[in-house]
Amino acid sequence: MAVGSAHLETSTGIDNRKLAMWLFLGSECLFFGSLIAAYLLYRGHSLTGPYPEDLVDIPFTSVSAFILLMSSVSMVLALASIQKGNVRNMQIWLATTAILGAMFIAGQAYEFTEFHHEGLSLSANLYGTTFFVLTGFHGAHVTIGVLILLSLLTYSFRGGIQKQDSLKIELAGLYWHFVDIVWIIIFTLVYLIQPQ
Amino acid sequence: MTLAEYRRKRGEPIITEEEGADDAHAEHHPGVTEYTQIGLILFIITAIEVGIYYVGLGHNLLVAALIGLSAIKFSLVVLWFMHLRFDNRLFSTLFLMGLATAASVFTVVLVALHGQLV
Repeated sequence: MAVGSAHLETSTGIDNRKLAMWLFLGSECLFFGSLIAAYLLYRGHSLTGPYPEDLVDIPFTSVSAFILLMSSVSMVLALASIQKGNVRNMQIWLATTAILGAMFIAGQAYEFTEFHHEGLSLSANLYGTTFFVLTGFHGAHVTIGVLILLSLLTYSFRGGIQKQDSLKIELAGLYWHFVDIVWIIIFTLVYLIQPQ
Repeated sequence: MTLAEYRRKRGEPIITEEEGADDAHAEHHPGVTEYTQIGLILFIITAIEVGIYYVGLGHNLLVAALIGLSAIKFSLVVLWFMHLRFDNRLFSTLFLMGLATAASVFTVVLVALHGQLV
């Protein structure tokens, strides 16, 4: 993407890559909106257990939510660093973000394993189906985000990211923050708010 | 024929990405201090969310409080970390279109559940 300073012509004056990312995120709203709506539609309709109130571990998930939120902070700090031309700090913050993302994924893997041991699976009941599909797709997005961050980190070690390439970090950041705001919604609707 | 060629033929102005970047970014992205402050606020709100979960509020009050707090967190991340507060409004429009479509799906769910969302 060495075209950052290439004077590309656009009809809007806006970088097409950034426009494409926002279009993608807009479509992702519908994707996750549908999954969340399906979860809410079927919550409390499971005929057999285990039920969410038997499984969810709020302290554990709160720590996961905190980790993902803080990864958003480290991501914007990576962007702020490269916009000032500080490649070293950008690498540190990118690595921090990737590590926090990996910790979130590890936590989710642990949670899924625990739930499975308690008898919840994709086909156990409606709760299992909607819960695993929703949180599983979110986890897949986080995993892809971690891979993007690691790719950028590797690229930067090879000298591929300088101050004029800050858009690359910004685009990765937009994706990462989107994944974070989806978790803000999931954490509230799926974990904190339980059916009466 | 490219868009640029089409515009050139019609005598319309052509904007390059670099020229447009001045508008697109409005180049006032927050600094490290502001980002850290927002991060601290997000942490405090999350702590409040978990706290009120254990306080034992009535169900409806709890739901209203949690949705309100998460809406604040959502807005802070989108406006400051994703720079919608500072960037070109076209980005906000695209994102809001997606949100509006998702909200429509929620509305369908609400109708299907006869108002018993949570």
